[in-house]
Amino acid sequence: MTVIAIKPYVGEVRDRVENFHGNQLLFIGWEDHLFFASPYAFPFPPAMRFGDVLEQVLPGTYGVHPDWSKVDWDQAQWFKSGQPWVPDVNKSLAENGLKHKDVIRFRTPGLTGIKGSFS
Amino acid sequence: MDMKVKQKLGLKERYALMTRGLDWQTTYQPMDAVFPYDKFEGIKIHDWDKWEDPFRLTMEAYWKYQAEKERKLYAIIDAFNQNNGHLGVTDARYINALKIFITAVTPLEYMAHRAYSHVGRQFRGAGARVACQMQAIDELRHFQTQIHSMSNYNKHYNGFHDYRHMNDRVWYLSVPKSFGEDAFTAGPFEFLTSISFSFEYVLTNLLFVPFISGAAYNGDMAATTFGFSAQSDEARHMTLGLEIIKFMLEQDPDNLPIVQRWIDKWTWRGIRLLSIVAMMMDYMLPKRVMSWKESWELYFEESVGALFKDLARYGITVPACWAQTKIEKEHVSHQTWATFYQYGAAAGFHTWLPGKEELDWLSEKYPDTFDQYYRPRLEYWAEQAAEGKRFYSKTLPMLCQVCQIPMFFTEPDDPTKICYRETDYNGDKYHTCSDGCKHVFDNEPEKYVQAWLPVQQIYQGNCFNPGVDPTAEGFDPLAAVLDYYHIVSGRDNLDFDGSEDQKNFDVWRQTAKNNT
Repeated sequence: MTVIAIKPYVGEVRDRVENFHGNQLLFIGWEDHLFFASPYAFPFPPAMRFGDVLEQVLPGTYGVHPDWSKVDWDQAQWFKSGQPWVPDVNKSLAENGLKHKDVIRFRTPGLTGIKGSFS
Repeated sequence: MDMKVKQKLGLKERYALMTRGLDWQTTYQPMDAVFPYDKFEGIKIHDWDKWEDPFRLTMEAYWKYQAEKERKLYAIIDAFNQNNGHLGVTDARYINALKIFITAVTPLEYMAHRAYSHVGRQFRGAGARVACQMQAIDELRHFQTQIHSMSNYNKHYNGFHDYRHMNDRVWYLSVPKSFGEDAFTAGPFEFLTSISFSFEYVLTNLLFVPFISGAAYNGDMAATTFGFSAQSDEARHMTLGLEIIKFMLEQDPDNLPIVQRWIDKWTWRGIRLLSIVAMMMDYMLPKRVMSWKESWELYFEESVGALFKDLARYGITVPACWAQTKIEKEHVSHQTWATFYQYGAAAGFHTWLPGKEELDWLSEKYPDTFDQYYRPRLEYWAEQAAEGKRFYSKTLPMLCQVCQIPMFFTEPDDPTKICYRETDYNGDKYHTCSDGCKHVFDNEPEKYVQAWLPVQQIYQGNCFNPGVDPTAEGFDPLAAVLDYYHIVSGRDNLDFDGSEDQKNFDVWRQTAKNNT
């Protein structure tokens, strides 16, 4: 069933990609670091280079954490919709197959937050 | 000759006379055209006269009781205001819980009044209509008394100034707003299951314990008084909630699966809404009543457990989320407060870190989880704040499509992993924070695809005042969004330490205590 209603009912999708002025949403989470309450939401142009997200954007978001300076991107493990995934940092978000409202997360082995508390 | 006097009517007869025969049997229009809403949900009713309110309250008695309560309430509020009762609270930190209440809960009371008025019109049975009509008046009264009780605080403290404007805009207020709108746009039977049963019967004690007991513990007689005044109505509302469930189940066996699905949905949605009450209890009351976990065990696991044992004879089972809530009671208050702490530059109230004694209290109350998962984070933040590096998150959070809460809840089997759930629907992805919210979405995706999610709306450019140009040089999006919210940055938000509220409270208390 899609909805129980008194007459035909179509929900208006408020977050369709056309509403974001050329951007698409990307959700990013850092595993084992609940210091940051939740994954974050970003509006990025699909042509943005994936490496620029790591180099230009994420430091402003995650840099406050003492583990951030220890991140070794060569060791990082990526997941897209929970499944293992390998991004190409030199390709764009679109070329990496990232669509509007995709969720990706990265795990940085050996780094488990403040005093190993996964914070 | 003795006069023959007729015996006075008994309560039951009076109730019958006052609530029966008020219904409307149409003559030139079909009943279904006049009452279009009470069948489409699939609930089958064969005999509306089987509806009996256990309280058997009539309008005549209702006016008398409520007028008496109003007189007492306003006498106490007047005394509280004239005697500067606001200085009698334990600490101005407590007042931030009131700011949440007046912005998050009070508008829900008004919406509930509208919804009960609507439902009272839509049921074709007279008993149900009278019950809904009286509850509609109660909800309006609660809305008014809450505003009157808290308006005195508005003269002295920040953050109370514009709750109605904020209700439709501020990010965290989309949580209660979406909960209410989901209920009020459902059919009439689902609405009553959501508010009268799942919220008022199953969960309302968890709101009253922290808020009203907490208010009393912390010296707030104004809030305590409106709480007591409202609570006597709540008892009647709870019986309405139970009555509607029993009425539906006794009318037709086909109603059982529908009712069970609603109970599962609305218990879960209500529990998500109560996350904010969990943090009020564990973090916002300077004098604490009991931990969230203790209240959960007492008022949910024991009391609600007994209720569902009673309902088992109808085939109703405990809500599907039962096992998960036993796990989450250990975590939800800490996770919620940590979120508000880091978004304290965008909230309409102050946040702070617990002091040493409060950390120890939390360790004692949560011996299996607090020191392992939460204490190190709070202590680190305190060290950073002491160095002038108070942590504020500047990036917007990912939200759950259904409850609209940032995705901070952890996996049922692992408190170190965020719980991510997603659904592909019509070529788009929809993310939810839990199995409970995913289940709600998957049952009625068309309803939830249209969620007004504050983060997405900000990124679409819909949360700036008219005339604001986001492409202008030096544009500050957070400042523009706060302007749109009517939150004054640096006055209504940021840390409690150093706030105007903290400073004023200390000065006024000193003035009240001596001659200088």
